[in-house]
Amino acid sequence: MSTNVPVIDAHPTISEPPKNYLNCSRGFMSWAGTLDHKRIGIMYLIGVSAAFLAGGVFALLVRLHLWEPHGMLFTNETYNQIFTLHGAFMVFIFVIPAIPGSLGNMVLPLMLGAKDVALPRLNLLSFYLWCGGTLLATLAIVLGGFDTGWTFYAPYSLYTDQAVVSIGLGIFLLGFSSIFTGLNFIVTTHKLRAPGLTWFRMPLFVWAIYATAILQVLATPVLGITVLLVAFERLYNIGIFDPRLGGDPVLFEHFFWFYSHPAVYIMVLPAFGIISELVTVHSRKPLFGYKLMAFSALAIAIISFLVWGHHMFTSGQSTFAMFAFSFLTFFVAIPTAIKEFSWVATIWKGSIALNSPMLYTLAFLIIFAIGGLTGVILGALNVDLHLHDTYFVVAHFHYVMMGSIALAFFAGLHHWWPKMFGIMYDETLAKIACALIFIGFNATFIPQFIMGSQGMPRRYATYVPEFEGYHHASTIGAVILGSGVALMVYYLLASLLIRKPAMQNQWGGVTLDWLTPTPPPLENFATPPSVTTEVYDYSTLDYESLRTPVR
Amino acid sequence: MSHDGHHSIVIPAPGPEFVPHTVAHHFDSPVQEFQSMKLGFWLFLATEILLFGGLFAAYFYFHEAFPETFRVGGAQLDWRLGAVNTTVLLVSSWTMAMGVRCAQTSQKQKTLMFCALTLVGAVAFMVIKFFEYKAKNDHGLVVFSELFSGYNEATGQLAWFKDYDGVMANVPHGHMFFAIYLTMTAIHGLHVVIGAGLIIWIMKGTAKGRFHAGYYLPVDLVGLYWHLVDLIWIFLFPLLYLVP
Repeated sequence: MSTNVPVIDAHPTISEPPKNYLNCSRGFMSWAGTLDHKRIGIMYLIGVSAAFLAGGVFALLVRLHLWEPHGMLFTNETYNQIFTLHGAFMVFIFVIPAIPGSLGNMVLPLMLGAKDVALPRLNLLSFYLWCGGTLLATLAIVLGGFDTGWTFYAPYSLYTDQAVVSIGLGIFLLGFSSIFTGLNFIVTTHKLRAPGLTWFRMPLFVWAIYATAILQVLATPVLGITVLLVAFERLYNIGIFDPRLGGDPVLFEHFFWFYSHPAVYIMVLPAFGIISELVTVHSRKPLFGYKLMAFSALAIAIISFLVWGHHMFTSGQSTFAMFAFSFLTFFVAIPTAIKEFSWVATIWKGSIALNSPMLYTLAFLIIFAIGGLTGVILGALNVDLHLHDTYFVVAHFHYVMMGSIALAFFAGLHHWWPKMFGIMYDETLAKIACALIFIGFNATFIPQFIMGSQGMPRRYATYVPEFEGYHHASTIGAVILGSGVALMVYYLLASLLIRKPAMQNQWGGVTLDWLTPTPPPLENFATPPSVTTEVYDYSTLDYESLRTPVR
Repeated sequence: MSHDGHHSIVIPAPGPEFVPHTVAHHFDSPVQEFQSMKLGFWLFLATEILLFGGLFAAYFYFHEAFPETFRVGGAQLDWRLGAVNTTVLLVSSWTMAMGVRCAQTSQKQKTLMFCALTLVGAVAFMVIKFFEYKAKNDHGLVVFSELFSGYNEATGQLAWFKDYDGVMANVPHGHMFFAIYLTMTAIHGLHVVIGAGLIIWIMKGTAKGRFHAGYYLPVDLVGLYWHLVDLIWIFLFPLLYLVP
């Protein structure tokens, strides 16, 4: 994609560094009240990273507790609260908003050649709704905690003597944060594309965020009403989920999964988008099957609305429904497989740069293949009856959520870190951290696949001694994984102090986000860009920008 | 003036009683701004419909599960009051549409008048709704003072459902109809109140001359919101008052 924008900063040589979105204004309010999508993206990044670290600490506590068959650290009640906190923080506060909120906000308008998102005020409101939701969730811990698991299944969530209303309302706010982000990105993609940037010239990250946004807007309101109804149950016994009052707990499961299965794709589609960008940039080769990749993102978004029943194969739903949901679950594997194959085909015979973003990407490709295929296993009716509610399911969705989505988030973070801040982190440490995370992750969850297939039920505070060896392996893996993440946090924060300058175009990207000065100026482009070439056309790459350090 | 020396686009006021509109800095044209806002608002309305969709799904599920409860429960509602409220909202949708039209043609006084009439409709709707709730309260079908007093597992008694006249005595889970009726109409009523607040905000802006032929977007969007509030009631009225 070539443009009429000069790649190198247009400012004349002066002693002080050029104005960008980071140094253009100072003070607390210039951040807290900002309408700039890049600053909002940074605030999201800080927020979701803190949530990830909190969720990670809860995960380590869970793993440490399970070192001994009878539990090492907590009472059973406390254990229930800790794994619920881990799930709720990771799913609602970290994974769902992480990539759209931070990297999506940062990169999407840049990739579209826009000055900002279409609705900047709504964007800031999204962020504060996220803060409010997180605050209520944290408040729930103080108010006595919650032990329902992140799924809040009725009727237990209606009866338990804990702070379910607070966390429920927190999730309602987080839901609207997600809705408004998605709404904003849909409008931005439709209306704010630069001249010449046709739909099939958009980078695949934009396609992925767009498909995600459709899900966010159309699925999340159902979660909103579901958590409201749970709150109403607790406040005035509306009764529709309460079997004592003629209600049906399975209706709750339908409502919950009608959102929460599409939510899996709200989480994973942005990760797909990041990986699509990174395989092409770091292989310096156009993406294989571009249009098919764009359509498969939309296909996943649409089909994902129709598979929620596969979470309920043991709930007693009709045989026909089971058959349909199982078939559709297999069916969604097709566009997903198209993506995996296209990524691999993109790398094939590419000029591969094995830098840290690419290493995270390769780790993703391996882990996601396992995560995706074990999903197909669980989609088979008879197999699922055996594996339902076991560690096999836990391992499967961690291969998708942690191993794939969080790793893609890390990959994107390493990829756009030099763009965001104009500085580079320590590449050697980054590669070590990536290796630790990859090894630690697999060591944590491969034993869980085995345990699960042998019948270890999920969410139990204790277990039979036969599983002790697997639990030891899993806990050791979690500690390795945790140390990898700790190392990553260290060198990323250290890079902010060391301030080793990055290059203007650190990796050799040719999409618009790499064609504006690094870090970008307040309104992104010195002159409005226009696009004249196809997407990922590396013949247009300006090699000078790869050697020009940020001032 | 915005950053980097780009000049903002200003839509001039059509007359001295109006104020010009400055297009937000990140848009290239007034049309782009208008279309973006409108698309965004339609998407928001879609989320509202899906939010109510959950309630409608619950309605249909329990109507199927306990048809007798819904038949007898529906008969306790006063369809005449419901019909009056339906008429009130339909007329207010018309006055709102007229208000939008008058804003588009820079007729300040008429815009104010039609918005005020819509507001009257909103208030009338809520007043009628109040008397309907009061009747339910008096018959013990929804005892508001004990709404949050819980459920006694030992006696099987729901604090807010007393049914003084015993009208629901012979149907299973008699409270279920009223729980759904209350939840749906209360959330709808909340939307009416929010809509009324938005109309007041629009009237303030109109009085200041902010809305005219060159820029009437907020009036347009509040109009859309009000039509949605009306539309949801168009479904609630027959389902709750007539179908059973």
